[in-house]
Amino acid sequence: MGEHWDVSLRHLAWQAIEAALDDAKTTDIDALYVGNMLAGRLSHQDHLGALIADYSGLRGAEAVAVEAGEASGAIALRQALLAVKSGEIKTALVVGVEKATDQTGSEALSAQSTSLDADYETMHGVTPAAVAGLMMQRYMHEHQVELENFAGFSVNAHANAGANPLAMYRNRLKAERFAAAPVVSAPVNLFDAAPVADGAAAVVITSHERALAMAPKPVRIAGSAVATDGFALHDRQDILWLSAVTKSTQAALKRANLAIEDIQLFELHDSYTVMSALALEAIGLAERGQGWQLAAEGKIGRDGPYPMSTFGGLKARGNPLGATGLYQVVEASLQLRGEAGDCQIPDVKIGLTQNLGGSGATAVTHILRV
Amino acid sequence: MQVSRYWRMNAQRYMMANGGVATAEKEEEKTFTFSGRGTIYSYSTVYDAPAGFEAYKPYVVGLIKLDEGPMVTAQITDIDAKEVEIGMPVEMVTRKLRTEGDEGVIVYGYKFRPSVVV
Repeated sequence: MGEHWDVSLRHLAWQAIEAALDDAKTTDIDALYVGNMLAGRLSHQDHLGALIADYSGLRGAEAVAVEAGEASGAIALRQALLAVKSGEIKTALVVGVEKATDQTGSEALSAQSTSLDADYETMHGVTPAAVAGLMMQRYMHEHQVELENFAGFSVNAHANAGANPLAMYRNRLKAERFAAAPVVSAPVNLFDAAPVADGAAAVVITSHERALAMAPKPVRIAGSAVATDGFALHDRQDILWLSAVTKSTQAALKRANLAIEDIQLFELHDSYTVMSALALEAIGLAERGQGWQLAAEGKIGRDGPYPMSTFGGLKARGNPLGATGLYQVVEASLQLRGEAGDCQIPDVKIGLTQNLGGSGATAVTHILRV
Repeated sequence: MQVSRYWRMNAQRYMMANGGVATAEKEEEKTFTFSGRGTIYSYSTVYDAPAGFEAYKPYVVGLIKLDEGPMVTAQITDIDAKEVEIGMPVEMVTRKLRTEGDEGVIVYGYKFRPSVVV
């Protein structure tokens, strides 16, 4: 994760694909699913399925790119799962890739804002940080919460990233410095907002039987569900309730035959601290207006009951936009396999990953277990 | 230049008027025009502006709860950012929204200012 000025989009994807194929001990891939948000805008490159298949030595394989804003990565995984479950595809490769730094400054910010409503939000100068600012300001107003109260999320993310050699920001963040950071879109500041960066991550998806025969340490996807919400923030019944998060979490848990209390690891879409607070409330771990308390009380830390952003999350590992969903799944898989290195949480068998698009218009939840 | 993309929304942007959805009972589309009055539901001051908005930063964007019920996203204007508050009554005005470079389209549309007549 980071600013890889010397590495191209296709090369980033290839590096992740090589690592995934090596890990799964296979080269027999029937289909490639690419999750990406902005290559067409930032790198003037669409048609990523065929491009990345060709560049990664998979010429001939079925290949397609899918897009759902920042949720593109997890949506690509979902498409691969459906294809494998249908029996039409035996083994699929999923790669999430984002070459975010091919443009910088206000042009890059315009591109990042395209997951919002172009006619009714971004035409008025709204950005992803501004939407988060609108939610955070209202949250602070309704629940009598101060900016400082959100610090726990970023402090935890940075503390965890310190143990992740691939993280973008491995420095410790002091809670008392949180509220003094430069403002991005008030009240959202630099220490609230996840840094957008380049990255790629990949996984191999196949049936249970084939996985056991193929890979030394496969991880099972026990639940997978997608839900949508009102597209623009202003069109929702309640701007402080992420209903797509609730729906996709409940559906994924039901498919996995689990309850939220069974989950031992949470890789949530912590693009802004307020999104973490709202997600914890919407998945059922905190009452409305109290999500921030879990962070403030240290409950999301590595020793807490709800370990979150265990490799640094979007905030400190970095936010690779359309690749995020795959980063989350790779990180959760390493945790479940006991291969998370210094980031390891002891004895985790069940983890949840959640990838959001826009201001929560798309929510994708996966439940992994070993 | 994307003239048609802007032109097709002139009624919404200039008058907050919109064609309704035709239903079984009412086959004809009906246009509804909002009064342009409402209150601030939430707001955020943008310091990091996207392309086309750099010249205006910092600017305040808000969620406006219209008197008729629905909410819209728009900029809040004619007021110091520090004085904006949730619950403040506002009214619609037509202003320049953004420019597309030196030779591109200038897009006008609704913004909200503190109500002159409360």
